[in-house]
Amino acid sequence: MVTYIIRRLIGAIAMLILISMVTFGIFFVVPQWAGATPEALASRYVGRAATPETVHLVAERLGFYDPVVVQYGRFVKGLVAGAEYDYGAGVEQCPAPCFGYSFISGQPVWPDLLDRMPVTFSLAIGAALLWVVGGVSVGVLSALRRGSFFDRLSMGTALAGVSLPIFFTGMISLVVFSYGLGWTPPGGAWTDFTENPAQWAYNLLLPWITLAFLFAATYARLTRAGMLETMGEDYIRTARAKGLRENQVVVKHGLRAALTPILTLFGIDFGLLIGGAVLTETTYTLPGLGQFAILAIRNQDLPQVMGVVLVAAGFVVVASLVVDLLYAVVDPRVRLA
Amino acid sequence: MRRKHALAGAATAAALVLSACGGGGGNASQPAQSASGGAAQPAFNAALTQVYNPSTKKGGTLKAAHSSDWDSLDPGDTYYGYSFNFGRFYWRTLTTYKPGPGPEGNTVVPDLAEGLGQPSDDGKTWTYKLRSGLKFEDGTPITAKDVAYAVARSFDKETFPHGPSYLNELLDWPKDFKGVYKTPDVDYSSAVEAPDDTTVVFHLKKPFASMDYIVQMPMTAPVPKDKDTGAKYKEHVISSGPYKFETNEIGKRFTLVRNDQWDPATDPIRPALPDRIEVQLNVNADDLDNQLIAGDIHLDIPGTGLQPAALGKVLPDPQLKARTDNPTIPRLWYVSVIPDTAPLDNVECRKAVMFAADRVANQTAYGGPLAGGDIATNVMPPPIVGQEKFDLYASPDNKGDVEKAKQALAACGQPNGFSTTMTYRSDRPREKALAEAMQQALARVGIKLTLKGFPASSYFSDYAGNVDYVKKNGIGLATHGWGADWPDGYGFMQAIVDSRTIRKAGNYNLSVKNEEVDKLIDQASAELDATARGKLWVEVDKKVMEDASILPVVWAKSLLLRGEGVTNIAYNEGQSMYDYILLGVE
Amino acid sequence: MSFLDVKDLKIHFPTDDGLVRSVDGLSFSVERGKTLGIVGESGSGKSVTSLGILGLHKGGRARISGEIWLDGEELIGASAEHVRRLRGKKMAMIFQDPLSSMHPFYTVGDQIIEAYRIHNDVSKQVARKHAIDMLGRVGIPEPAKRVDSYPHEFSGGMRQRAMIAMALSCDPELLIADEPTTALDVTVQAQILDLMRDLQREFNSALIVITHDLGVVAELSDDILVMYAGKCVEYGSTEDIFYRPEHPYTWGLLGSMPRLDREPTERLLPIKGSPPSLINVPPGCAFHPRCPYAERTKGKATTEVPALAETEGGHLVRCHMSRDERQSLWANEIKPVLETQ
Repeated sequence: MVTYIIRRLIGAIAMLILISMVTFGIFFVVPQWAGATPEALASRYVGRAATPETVHLVAERLGFYDPVVVQYGRFVKGLVAGAEYDYGAGVEQCPAPCFGYSFISGQPVWPDLLDRMPVTFSLAIGAALLWVVGGVSVGVLSALRRGSFFDRLSMGTALAGVSLPIFFTGMISLVVFSYGLGWTPPGGAWTDFTENPAQWAYNLLLPWITLAFLFAATYARLTRAGMLETMGEDYIRTARAKGLRENQVVVKHGLRAALTPILTLFGIDFGLLIGGAVLTETTYTLPGLGQFAILAIRNQDLPQVMGVVLVAAGFVVVASLVVDLLYAVVDPRVRLA
Repeated sequence: MRRKHALAGAATAAALVLSACGGGGGNASQPAQSASGGAAQPAFNAALTQVYNPSTKKGGTLKAAHSSDWDSLDPGDTYYGYSFNFGRFYWRTLTTYKPGPGPEGNTVVPDLAEGLGQPSDDGKTWTYKLRSGLKFEDGTPITAKDVAYAVARSFDKETFPHGPSYLNELLDWPKDFKGVYKTPDVDYSSAVEAPDDTTVVFHLKKPFASMDYIVQMPMTAPVPKDKDTGAKYKEHVISSGPYKFETNEIGKRFTLVRNDQWDPATDPIRPALPDRIEVQLNVNADDLDNQLIAGDIHLDIPGTGLQPAALGKVLPDPQLKARTDNPTIPRLWYVSVIPDTAPLDNVECRKAVMFAADRVANQTAYGGPLAGGDIATNVMPPPIVGQEKFDLYASPDNKGDVEKAKQALAACGQPNGFSTTMTYRSDRPREKALAEAMQQALARVGIKLTLKGFPASSYFSDYAGNVDYVKKNGIGLATHGWGADWPDGYGFMQAIVDSRTIRKAGNYNLSVKNEEVDKLIDQASAELDATARGKLWVEVDKKVMEDASILPVVWAKSLLLRGEGVTNIAYNEGQSMYDYILLGVE
Repeated sequence: MSFLDVKDLKIHFPTDDGLVRSVDGLSFSVERGKTLGIVGESGSGKSVTSLGILGLHKGGRARISGEIWLDGEELIGASAEHVRRLRGKKMAMIFQDPLSSMHPFYTVGDQIIEAYRIHNDVSKQVARKHAIDMLGRVGIPEPAKRVDSYPHEFSGGMRQRAMIAMALSCDPELLIADEPTTALDVTVQAQILDLMRDLQREFNSALIVITHDLGVVAELSDDILVMYAGKCVEYGSTEDIFYRPEHPYTWGLLGSMPRLDREPTERLLPIKGSPPSLINVPPGCAFHPRCPYAERTKGKATTEVPALAETEGGHLVRCHMSRDERQSLWANEIKPVLETQ
């Protein structure tokens, strides 16, 4: 088990290194193929109608004249050993892990990421709770009453939920519930949990529901399919033959088995989500990692892009590792080696 | 919290009106008492020529939002119109646009300075006298040295890459000056100096007439040297205006509160009505419009108008439309006709493009007369001081003149037309539509266009503004748009028609490479007489149109929505958006 | 009245394609300490019958009629909850393929403990001791250790023993074993059959063994019921069925009995064709399309459903042929072939 975890962690680190190289490569190498010079790259980070001198100075400050390998090495060195940042009037230390400073705002990337994690995490945890409870219970009920009106209604809704994008449902829900009825706060509302938990939940209610709706749809459909399959298994018949109550048959024997594949999906979904719920955060203007990622990409702000990509990838890698470990706990037939 | 619906017009508030014509010559407009109270009647374009919902009521919180983020809050490192406009809440510059509505908004009035600049006879030295009683937020007096230091620090483009570089170009900087951080001991008084506490003197390399427009830019906002933290100064700008920073979370939000060291007696132009200003950044653009419509926020900071989604909702609804203003802004959307690739190196072939274009279709591509703008016939938009409208390529109903286009093609030696490539910014649907409209119109005379879309973020650095790319790929046409830095000929035209600004990459002048144009520009910028100067810029405009290297599409209009519960709203021509420093809340 | 008395049991399932008559008028009885073998091909309705006795069709789509009397109590009319309480305690079932019939996520011990605690209000520790005890009684070595194993960690035979332990954990008075040895190899089959016989003696329970393999019931059963297409086609003592069988289908089954000394594919008297669809049961005698003697009935085979008639001493046969005809066929044509080896 321990060797398994160590092996997986080494694999994860290799994966992160690869991802960072690819991201770096896309940023530098691809424009170079298109013939972009260091000045052309730097001209993204200057103001309107900047003079060639300005562009040259910025290209120099950002180190674009060095070979890509040297620049990548500098990035890695910053991560491992920290870096220094010259802000004109002085020099600032950026302790490891230093993801560098934004090309545009000059702000250090890592504190910004740390600052935004609670937002995304809050969004993810609340939505996950809603969608797992909601999606799984609807899926179970649908499976048990297969073909009923409830089944058809919920599966129809689930189909809509899967196919409607967040920026549509989110915008509609804001217009109706925030601006029309005034029940929920307008977009952009965010309060830290430690400051006021009730306000925190109230502000996140609409994003939670919208996001959960999307995922709940998938989970309801999967749970239903899984339950239909499991409830036809021989061991369910055995459980009934033992005289077990039907609700215990469903929960302890049926659901337990049906949830196993859902656990995998959940791990990956949750991992992706805490790496940044891009659409939800942009739609509701939540200052989380997803919004950060979109802005970073829109601004072509390499240090920010690298930071958020690595953090998001890290979350996914950790999530999949946790899922694998949990899997071994849930399903004794799985042995990790 | 439940959001509160702002009540329209509290009856108790004694509404007051800003006089729209407060006299000329540096006299700032002053709020005047008005007997009328209650809410103003909403009407389309109600804030263009007068102040809408005037008031002198102080207090309340002005809630503003931005769909993206500032380049920088540092006065020495910012180059957005809204930033210049909004920044005046926390900074003061030597001059500023005359607040309020109407054509006078295009003129500048003194702000920190007592009066406008005094040029020397040769136009190479400009002197400004400061008012007395000016203080920073910490209570220390603002002196001419702080202004000169601010100008000098903005020279360092490595630290402040975003701001305009006009003063870097215009002033006579010492050869060894590399900025106040790298060469702290170099004396920069050959460029800007403070001979005493109230006098700022600028020394220019060559005569320059529009200096009063230059110093309304925030590089002249004073910065105390001992509080200057270089690139980190934007985290806490020391206020010289009526508000100061309470909190500032870069990329997310910031809050301004009253600066008790600001003395209204020294400042005739800022009514400073709200107690507090809250700004939220990176708000979803569509949601921002919805919040503005619903009254959850008061102000859309970028001031460029509503998103297409909101336009579709606002325009058909008479009540919502009555809350909008539709000004023509000093911005031209156009097509660069690039003379680098044959046969467009021949002016007749460029003229063929001018004649063949269907201006109505182009206007429709840009969103029509309300959301897009008026059909443009020449380069300078109407709000520019001294602008004249003329049309060298008139056609019946503006739908293009196929006959004349064919004649021009024959004169060019391409009677059957030719093929070339047109670029556009693929993330801008209007430019894509424009490119398609051009493709259709030009096909009528046998000019075949291949369309290529590129991301806006690298459009000028890697593609249309990159000389090598343009030549290698035979780019003939490129969609483009330009807005004025300030509303005179130089402020609008210089960057896009002066061939001497062209470099390898990151160009904004894509197509105008004409020595006569360059000569006229030099002549116009040295002319100190405003009327004569205006005429010269019209000459530049005509020369460019004769050169047929710019195909004007529309003089842009924006559709602005007045926030609910906001008082004192007026469209200012100089800012080309609402005048932010006037705003109050009910 | 017998301990278990099933009278005219019908279990029909309505489907989109039509009514599936899985069990169509079945009657039999079993006494305590006695064993009934129900034999038939897959799809003959034998498993549906056993699930019907346990009440596992209740609440489903099945239409059930007839009577099931267990120890003087009628079960078809009883409430689902009442039957649930009897299930696992008064009547229990051993399923075929214990790998799929045991939950893969719970230990063998947990599953026995669960079965025990449903009907006995005892602590987990007590139930665990009982589970270990039961595992020991079904012959699992080191039961205290194996109690914490998962089903997939057991061999096939061990799993079947564990399954039996689970079924017996509440001392059921009626035990139904559905193909208890099908998934096992031949030597293990014999061990399991021995075990079941021993346990039945010990518990004195009524046992129903359901199988497609006459060989299994030969050793265990007192009586045998041969099912075809939801109906009983022959019923009698084990001696009747093995030494005096009168139904052509029974002959076929006897001919297809796998034996240790023969290749399993080698069939002496193979039954032609395949079992009928239970939606479109052939008219007349359901077996007639596969019966080599159908012509002898002068057309009755295709038009008239033969009655289940007693030949002698409780031996019942459902066939149009006369008793003499059947006996002579058996004596002259079938028996000699079966004895050729």
